[in-house]
Amino acid sequence: MANTLNYALFGWYPYLCLTVFLLGSLVRFDREQYTWKTGSSQLLRRRQLRWGSNLFHVGILAIFAGHFVGLLTPIWIFDALGVTHTFKQGLAIVVGGVAGVLCFIGVSLLAHRRLFDARIRNTSSFGDIAILLLLWLQLTLGLSTIFVSLGHMDGHEMVKFMNWAQGVLTLQPSAAAYVADVHPIFKAHLILGMTVFLVFPFTRLVHVWSAPVWYLGRPGYQVVRTRFAGRRPSAAPYHAPIPAAARALPASPRSKS
Amino acid sequence: MSHFLDRLAFFKKNVDQFSNGHGVVTNEDRSWEEGYRKRWQHDKIVRSTHGVNCTGSCSWKIYVKGGIVTWETQQTDYPRTRPDLPNHEPRGCARGASYSWYLYSGARVKYPMIRGRLLRCWRAARAEMTPVAAWASIVEDEAKRKSYTSIRGHGGFVRATWDEVNELIAAANAYTARKHGPDRVIGFSPIPAMSMVSYAAGSRYLSLLGGVCMSFYDWYCDLPPASPQTWGEQTDVPESADWYNAGFIIVWGSNVPQTRTPDAHFYTEVRYKGAKSAVVSPDYAEATKFADIWLNPKQGTDAALALAMGHVILREYHLDRQVAYFDDYARRYSDRPFLVRLAERDGRFVPERLLRASEIAGCLGESNNPDWKTVAIDEATDALVAPRGSIGYRWGESAKWNLEEKDGQGRETRLKLTLAGDGAEIAAVDFPYFGGRATEHFVATQHGEILTRNVPVRMIETADGKQVKVATVNDLLMANYGLDRGFGGENVASSYDDDAPFTPAWAERITGVKRDAIITVAREFATNAEKTNGRSMIIIGAGMNHWYHMDMGYRGVINLLVFCGAIGQSGGGWSHYVGQEKLRPQTGWTPLAFALDWARPPRHQNSTSFFYAHTDQWRYETLTAAEILSPTAPEGDWSQSFIDYNVRAERMGWLPSAPQLKQNPLDIAKRAQAAGLEPRDYVVKALQSGELELACHDPDDPANWPRNMFVWRSNLLGSSGKGHEYFLKHLLGATHGVMGKDLGAEGAVRNKEVVWRDEAPEGKLDLLVTLDFRMSTTCVYSDIVLPTATWYEKNDLNTSDMHPFIHPLSAAVDPAWEARSDWDIYKGLAKSFSEIAPEVLGVEKDVVLTPIQHDTPGEIAQAFDVADWKRGEIEPIPGRTMPAISVVTRDYPNLHARFTALGPLMTEIGNGGKGIAWKTAHEVEALGALNGVHADGAAKGLPKIETDIDASEVILMLAPETNGEVAVKAWQALAKATGRDHAHLAIPKEDEKIRFRDIQAQPRKIISSPTWSGIESEKVCYSAGYTNVHELIPWRTLTGRQQLYQDHLWMRAFGEGFVTWKPPVDLKTIPGVKGLRPNGHKEIVLNFLTPHQKWGIHSTYTDNLLMLTLNRGGPVVWISETDAKVAGLVDNDWVEVFNINGALTARVVVSQRIKPGMMLMYHAQEKIINTPGSEMTGNRGGIHNSVTRTVLKPTHMIGGYAQQSYGFNYYGTVGSNRDEFIVVRKMATIDWLEGPLPSEALKEAAE
Repeated sequence: MANTLNYALFGWYPYLCLTVFLLGSLVRFDREQYTWKTGSSQLLRRRQLRWGSNLFHVGILAIFAGHFVGLLTPIWIFDALGVTHTFKQGLAIVVGGVAGVLCFIGVSLLAHRRLFDARIRNTSSFGDIAILLLLWLQLTLGLSTIFVSLGHMDGHEMVKFMNWAQGVLTLQPSAAAYVADVHPIFKAHLILGMTVFLVFPFTRLVHVWSAPVWYLGRPGYQVVRTRFAGRRPSAAPYHAPIPAAARALPASPRSKS
Repeated sequence: MSHFLDRLAFFKKNVDQFSNGHGVVTNEDRSWEEGYRKRWQHDKIVRSTHGVNCTGSCSWKIYVKGGIVTWETQQTDYPRTRPDLPNHEPRGCARGASYSWYLYSGARVKYPMIRGRLLRCWRAARAEMTPVAAWASIVEDEAKRKSYTSIRGHGGFVRATWDEVNELIAAANAYTARKHGPDRVIGFSPIPAMSMVSYAAGSRYLSLLGGVCMSFYDWYCDLPPASPQTWGEQTDVPESADWYNAGFIIVWGSNVPQTRTPDAHFYTEVRYKGAKSAVVSPDYAEATKFADIWLNPKQGTDAALALAMGHVILREYHLDRQVAYFDDYARRYSDRPFLVRLAERDGRFVPERLLRASEIAGCLGESNNPDWKTVAIDEATDALVAPRGSIGYRWGESAKWNLEEKDGQGRETRLKLTLAGDGAEIAAVDFPYFGGRATEHFVATQHGEILTRNVPVRMIETADGKQVKVATVNDLLMANYGLDRGFGGENVASSYDDDAPFTPAWAERITGVKRDAIITVAREFATNAEKTNGRSMIIIGAGMNHWYHMDMGYRGVINLLVFCGAIGQSGGGWSHYVGQEKLRPQTGWTPLAFALDWARPPRHQNSTSFFYAHTDQWRYETLTAAEILSPTAPEGDWSQSFIDYNVRAERMGWLPSAPQLKQNPLDIAKRAQAAGLEPRDYVVKALQSGELELACHDPDDPANWPRNMFVWRSNLLGSSGKGHEYFLKHLLGATHGVMGKDLGAEGAVRNKEVVWRDEAPEGKLDLLVTLDFRMSTTCVYSDIVLPTATWYEKNDLNTSDMHPFIHPLSAAVDPAWEARSDWDIYKGLAKSFSEIAPEVLGVEKDVVLTPIQHDTPGEIAQAFDVADWKRGEIEPIPGRTMPAISVVTRDYPNLHARFTALGPLMTEIGNGGKGIAWKTAHEVEALGALNGVHADGAAKGLPKIETDIDASEVILMLAPETNGEVAVKAWQALAKATGRDHAHLAIPKEDEKIRFRDIQAQPRKIISSPTWSGIESEKVCYSAGYTNVHELIPWRTLTGRQQLYQDHLWMRAFGEGFVTWKPPVDLKTIPGVKGLRPNGHKEIVLNFLTPHQKWGIHSTYTDNLLMLTLNRGGPVVWISETDAKVAGLVDNDWVEVFNINGALTARVVVSQRIKPGMMLMYHAQEKIINTPGSEMTGNRGGIHNSVTRTVLKPTHMIGGYAQQSYGFNYYGTVGSNRDEFIVVRKMATIDWLEGPLPSEALKEAAE
């Protein structure tokens, strides 16, 4: 029974979450362009937003990067680079801990603001509040794992998660076995983490897809969009089509041929 | 295909560069741009306007998208003006642009709503009984009746169906008509010009029923009685484009940019053209920014300022130097040459009435109406003459009622202005002076109550052989203004610096305006008129008109204009813009609105007197006649209370009365038959014997109560209802905040004519029905609220006096939810009524009493003295010494058939207005062809009026203003009376017929008609009095001229023969409440003024979120910094404002704009929006009218006397409100009263 449950939660649930995450995002992007937004409440009240939002975003970006690199980098690369598991575990605890605390302060400020500022509360959807509380809980769980991790600084637990994550991404549901015996707090963190992906397309989190990183490499200060989307226009950048009325004018005698 | 796939174009995205790589050309997906394009795309644009009582009358484009009204913008297609005149555009203000908010707002009434307790009673009764019996079982059971009337204003509405409420209302109306009489069914709706068909829907229903239509213009105190007194005209004013033709404009108590926003551009433009402008306003109002010179008199002292200006103009342009134009104008167009009898009194003389031809032996050759032909002296022959144009020439003969300089026999005349000259006798004449009666809030001067001045007179012999002294109006006028003409004697001034009434120095003391400023403005105003033949204009507003003695301010101003020959000249004249309207196609509308096509006369009532009596405000009257009586009043008992004066006016046929008789008017014909008399004779006899009684003698007798009331297109209880708390207490029987005790409790009952009952009734109305599209303050106090179409959901007509166009309201979308247009609602009611009427009503004879009407032959009724038949002073003669009596046949089962057809009287009798009549059979025929005719039933063969568009076509077809053929007929009809050709004004337009679809395409300029005194032409703008001056059509007054002297006995008794200075009256509302319930904060006393506002939709709606957001989002009052400091207030504090009439709560705006001593509270801020509870009354804070009370003025009751005869909204008592004082103090506790209702009895209402 326990095995089956473990298999369902860590073998199949990830695929459910990833599928919903990707397909959901795609469908929403294609069908509901006007809902594709951050839903910022800055216009309503600036209070707590500068600290809350900035701390949260700095923290979460660092955590996201840490998880991404830490979980998905093949182990042989670390080995080749001579990065020991112990070192990596230490690094994760220190950097992740600092980022996690920043993020925790940020998300707490945001949650407080959203729940207790009447104006913002009244204009919030269920999803706005739920995702914030979800992230707050996830962060709390993530930070609590530090205390468990301090008990095995050799990083062997961490390797289990790397194997699991990489196994899942390489389409091996059996990777669930890697995390069968980890501390329950890790399991909770993993499940909730996958759930974040699951609800992702239904919340304001979709703005993550549209992070304006393009600006960093954009050539030119002035952008002219052609009217001929999808077709490569002639060398001339843009010509307005001749209005029908103008075309209907009688040709002048001079141009008569 | 897919936004996502389209984005996968990393390598094809950038297709070119320019500007050395600083610019980049991309071919990325641009479909997102559609969103921005679609934002402003729409399915259609429909022309409509805002039918609020705003005279802007701006045409708007209403945008519809997906079946929803989305927004509105100004129309810009008004017909052109002349090449030298700016266009009318843009017209429309931010308030109008916010209107579409209402359609889908929470404020919208979406379903028929009814008080839950009433519905429960109704359903229970209806389960067992027929409709009328069911209604009887409810209202005849005091407990059931009280169960719903006592909780008015406390919520408890539930939804009902149209069928159910229609049946209930119809049953109530039928029961009331059968039990008490149809004149107990009352309807209040204002300003037809804003949506004439919607008005006509209700008034047509009521008129077919025999119900009463209530007046509004006088009740709103927007009617200036000085206008009928002077001109015999309700109000006629220049269109705003005519401001552009002026050379000098005084803006007096009017806030043009704020309250006439769409017209203000003409004011700006004429300033650029070079016109000079003075603005008279106590506060630094928005209009003052236009001024070259700002005069800021103490509020309420405008008459003193005007008198001083008149003093200067008479001195410099009429006495020391005579301006030829002014002199000629005075002789031909004013009553200044006419002779006034002088009555001897204590060896001195008092001006009496105007001399009449009948008083001279041989009647000066006049046999027709010699009592009504006034007399002057011909300059060439020095003989007495009866010049043409006086009212005696108007009736009973033809072709002599004009302003040609001839007498009745056709002899040329040149009237003499003054009797001064060699050897003229000088007499000492007494003039009253009221300036010593000012309260402590105003400046009182000690000049004596009687000012005796020397006047040149002549002795003449009257027909009865007596020697009588006479003087010209002109000579008396000069004396009245205190001008020293070298005749010796006291009380006249030769210098402007003398402290004698009415010099600039005297005015400086009273108004606080420096004498130099007064002199400068007067001089420049007159000099401009001299150079331009009268292009000096005064734009005047509510700031002056809402005072108890508004007549004095207004007549002071009118005199300035007449002195300068400005009335009737383009670019000059009297521009009174106070809630005025111009129902341009009036004579086409009247038959539709009052069902004159089926029965005449309709029942009309002047609202001020009605509400004074029936909200029992008279029981609290603090002002006495003695306080306003003239020291020169003729002998007689003048000490009665105002309700007594009103009752006398009602029974003498001066004012209307509703309900009319204590007995049911549907029973009288039968009684008459039983007595073997004609109903008319029976009523006269029975009134004398006491068998019949006039209801006005006992307004508190349940037999005389108004029982059913309709309110539509109005916010009576949230806006215009002066004495709001008295309405709540006595008319509605609701929770109220009246703090004063009635006269019985005070031991001060003064009335002799009216029965005093110790127990005052509370809750006279059985049923209050309001039609509205939003839950207004009036709605929350009603028993039934019917959802109406908004201004974008119905078809209707709209006109204004600010521009000469007629344009429509059109249905851009169908009425939302279950709303219906006013026309459909009343049509539906008519249908229900016809179905249930046979239970108690069939074809009935209804006896209708009507007062003596202006512009009818009856208006020359009581030439000399005031005689009361009830006191045995004269025989009761209907239509002459008492109300006219008519018998009208009502066909109740066919009320619906009549409602939807144009009745036979239009063909049989014809149409007309303002004393002119013409045949209109041809138009009826045309309407039959246009609208179709009924195939069968009671209206077989008659033109259909099924829809609101049909109704519009009736108006457009019958009115001279919109049908050139009728215009020509109307001018020809007038020509019979004047003996002059006028048809040339309309003949070029004879073939023009304006249809509803025409005005939907573009606003149309109306056609010149004799209903109005201005013309539509290529040469001049519409300007009032133009045809009087240029076509020599007399004013519809006693002398036929502009009447500066008012000679009726009551006018003289109250000292208003000539204009004079009367300080605001003392309403004694402060003692008794100041310091009564202290809350620890300081209480100060201020004068309470209620002008029109910036953040509400004209005077009516203040619940629009967009507008509320622009100000403070709730009720506010404005006070000065000085007063705020004294009272310890800072801006935005919550304050309570109260006096014995009630209390209101608001935030305070502390502003430098306000003059110390006054509080300004913008009109009609709804108590349903952010209004906390009052610490004084324990109820929710009130509205601006919670601290006011109506006070009547006897001079407004005069009737049967030429221009001073009754006309609906033309003459009558007015609801003034600016003499009111209040206590203001900071609130200690702000209680939003969100707990349970205060009393046990009210708890159920909250369920």
